[in-house]
Amino acid sequence: MAFVQNLPFICILLSLFTGPLSSILSGKMTKKLNLVMITAVGIMSAMVLAFTVKSGEAYTYMMGHFPAPWGNEIRVGVLEALLATVFSVIMLLCIVGGSKEREEELESTKQNLYYIMANLLFCSLLALIYTNDIFTAYVFVEINTISACGLIMIRQNGRTIEASMRYMIMSLLGSGLLLLGICFLYDLTGHLLMSNIKEQVQILAATGEYQIPLLVCITLMTVGLAIKSALYPFHTWLPDAYGYSTMSSSAILSSLVSKGYIILLIKIYYRVIGIDVIRASKITNVLFVFGLVGMVMGSVNAIKENNIRRMIAYSSVAQIGYIYMGLGLGSEIGVIASVFHILSHAASKALLFVAASGITRASGKNKDFASLTGAGFRNRLAGIAFTIGSLSMVGFPTFAGFISKFWFAQAAFENANHTKTMLALIVLIISTVLNALYFMKTVIRIYTPAPALAKEKNYQNITVRGQAPKSFAMICFVAMNFMLGMCSDPIMKLIQSGLEMFG
Amino acid sequence: MSRKLSNNEYQKTRGFRFRQWFDGTKDPYLGEVEMKPVRDLSTATQITSEKKSDKKMFLELVYDMKHNTQVKLFRRLYNAFAVLFCLLLVAMLLAAVSNLPLIGVADKPVNNEVSQRYIENGLQETGSVNIVTGMILDYRAFDTLGESHVLFAATCTVLILLRVDKKGRKDKIAEQAMNDRLKEPKNDKVLQGVAKILVPPIIIFGVYVILFGHLGPGGGFSGGAIIGAGLILYLEAFGFAKTERFFKESTYKKTSLGALTCYCLCKSYSFYTGANHIHSIIPLGTPGMILSSGLILILNICVGIVVAGTMYTFYAMFRKGGY
Amino acid sequence: MMNLTNLLANYGEAAAMILFGIGFTNLLLQNNLIKKIIGLNIMDTAVYLFLALKGYIAGRQAPIVVDGVQSVEAYINPIPSGLVLTGIVVSVSVSALMLSLTIRLYRRYHTLNFDEITTMIKKEEK
Repeated sequence: MAFVQNLPFICILLSLFTGPLSSILSGKMTKKLNLVMITAVGIMSAMVLAFTVKSGEAYTYMMGHFPAPWGNEIRVGVLEALLATVFSVIMLLCIVGGSKEREEELESTKQNLYYIMANLLFCSLLALIYTNDIFTAYVFVEINTISACGLIMIRQNGRTIEASMRYMIMSLLGSGLLLLGICFLYDLTGHLLMSNIKEQVQILAATGEYQIPLLVCITLMTVGLAIKSALYPFHTWLPDAYGYSTMSSSAILSSLVSKGYIILLIKIYYRVIGIDVIRASKITNVLFVFGLVGMVMGSVNAIKENNIRRMIAYSSVAQIGYIYMGLGLGSEIGVIASVFHILSHAASKALLFVAASGITRASGKNKDFASLTGAGFRNRLAGIAFTIGSLSMVGFPTFAGFISKFWFAQAAFENANHTKTMLALIVLIISTVLNALYFMKTVIRIYTPAPALAKEKNYQNITVRGQAPKSFAMICFVAMNFMLGMCSDPIMKLIQSGLEMFG
Repeated sequence: MSRKLSNNEYQKTRGFRFRQWFDGTKDPYLGEVEMKPVRDLSTATQITSEKKSDKKMFLELVYDMKHNTQVKLFRRLYNAFAVLFCLLLVAMLLAAVSNLPLIGVADKPVNNEVSQRYIENGLQETGSVNIVTGMILDYRAFDTLGESHVLFAATCTVLILLRVDKKGRKDKIAEQAMNDRLKEPKNDKVLQGVAKILVPPIIIFGVYVILFGHLGPGGGFSGGAIIGAGLILYLEAFGFAKTERFFKESTYKKTSLGALTCYCLCKSYSFYTGANHIHSIIPLGTPGMILSSGLILILNICVGIVVAGTMYTFYAMFRKGGY
Repeated sequence: MMNLTNLLANYGEAAAMILFGIGFTNLLLQNNLIKKIIGLNIMDTAVYLFLALKGYIAGRQAPIVVDGVQSVEAYINPIPSGLVLTGIVVSVSVSALMLSLTIRLYRRYHTLNFDEITTMIKKEEK
């Protein structure tokens, strides 16, 4: 066993341990520790990615002295390493970009608690990506929920506490359903390790016994994870939670937290139940319909909004609808397109949140559109970054969003079921138009010159050097966006090979 | 004879108007220019206050949840649909349960080679007489590692919400927190008498449950909860001043950090040696003795300390916002 | 579709499902925050009842080795007990978190009714 194969385990334990370690340090030390830890995890994940690409197969790593099915294990393949690397980069840039907001908005005695929550969130994300055991997945889903709630309510005003209450209620409903699904699955198969469960499920599907409990179990786990990742009818907690907390929390939540649950769902479909049984149970049709509705309704609600952060939050609902539509198409290309969209959406949405905070800073911290007029001239870099993010979301060529929409359209074309193809293409076109409506409206507004307004309300101009950490984050995000948009072929190949060894 | 017009009719004739102009009593603007009435400035403030109270009344009416019929109708529909949905959920779950294997039967998928190995070889492989403790702290230790950190994360969120930091806060909540001390100790004779008798056995029993976790029922979680309950009883009976003599905030921080560090290090060693197929040097000892079962005793003690501190912290935060 | 004899034989699990439904409904529909948290606890406890029944085998002892007897026929299945231990800790943690959120909301808005709190927040914004 090469030493590189130990690295995922070291990443998980390092991020887990910096949580309690930060509890005795002061605010500044915890921030440095956090940044060092995320950088280290990013470098280690890149090394694991290189190793798995070279070896061309996934390997399992025993957590303890006993092999599966008696002990715990984690499984590392190309897709897991790729996701871990990209997520560490995004997390690092989000935390760097929001440092000034955190110093101003949070109480000084509670600064280190923020970094503890961020560390635990990062650890749970890594564990969800790498795990090969379904009960471990449940425990780390709970850590994810609690630390995400901590990130929302760290900025304590009435709005965020009510938002975090709503978030906890919906999340705990989802967790309860997920746990019940896991218990049913354990009863039917007798195993908790994912590969062993899959063997038993194949036997059950072949013999046809326990059909109804298996179907109920699949439904419970899907609905539980859909509630937690804000699929359309369950999205009511999302705008309040993203719109009012501190900026780095919104960026981390929208880019990473919901995606962790979707990756767990894909893992359950491929590695626990088996994609053939899922397709036979037709649950993908339900996901497809809800995804389509989410794409349209998310954009419709975003058009009605007057607060820029809530508008971006509603656009997140629409993008999660895209991902579920891709999953619901049921084909291999659909899932590949969904995974690519997870990466591109994470990059663009975090960029939008960072740029929006730069724009609102230049408008006296007001978030409504009337005050944001002309902000593109007051904070040039944030204006350009916001424009690039919006163009990527709408699907302009050379940006990351265009590649994901292109692959979604291709997946829809190659689908065997023609009604699904027609519906998917029509709704893709409608939602692109709706996206353009509200994003372009915002871009035009921030580039409408309004010198009189700026003088009257005494809005300051912000230079690139004046917001140094945020400028760095914005430039890196823009670079990532261009990279995903223009050299997407290697990444698609990586995702495809990763999915083949995922099951 | 001249026909004398009445006053009204005379005022309408041209002669009257000429007379007015001649005398200089005619108002040239009256009837020609549109004029607004003169504004009485003293009523301006009255009007603005009226507008404000109107606006407030309007808001109350719009957001009046109790009397708004549309909201009531929506609420009733939502309740009806939600109850229907929940009934459907329960029906679906009952349908699934009725097709599951029977309870209490030995021949079902759950009793397979996994539980067989735990029962037959658990004592030799883990050294623990209690098979469940051996399972959660040795075979499936990663889950327990995650679970201790769930407790830690919940404690941190309670600290975020409820901890009152005394530096520089002069608001009502900080004052109330300080004043809580004036309400206690209540010097309740019955409570203090009973606490003097009960708290030592409770804590000793908790320590016993932790230490014997691998020899009988028990373990870190239950023992830690018992010790936490003993500490809370002591606090209630004797007050914060006396409890602070041995349990301060720094105590909690240091002990919980030490326990979680020890846990992480032990488990890292165990996972690393396991995955790389290196033989672990921890001796398993004789089963049935206290100092046996390798790392399980240490892990039980760490978990017990964390849980006891957590229970006490929850109580102190809810009660006072500080230690 | 529903096997009624089986359902009556599995009466413990059926009761657990009904309790789960009750807890779920409470968490979703109740207006009072404390009652929502009680609903959450009922829901979680129902899942633990369901899980604990999984391991039961009639006529066998708890999985603690006595007298050196280590055959499979002497003990019940130990795995569900371990899973319930983990679940109880998770349930306690999230209950503590939700209760502290309730305390903060009550201190600020002086009501435990979630609809009223939402209304007051909307009014504050105007």
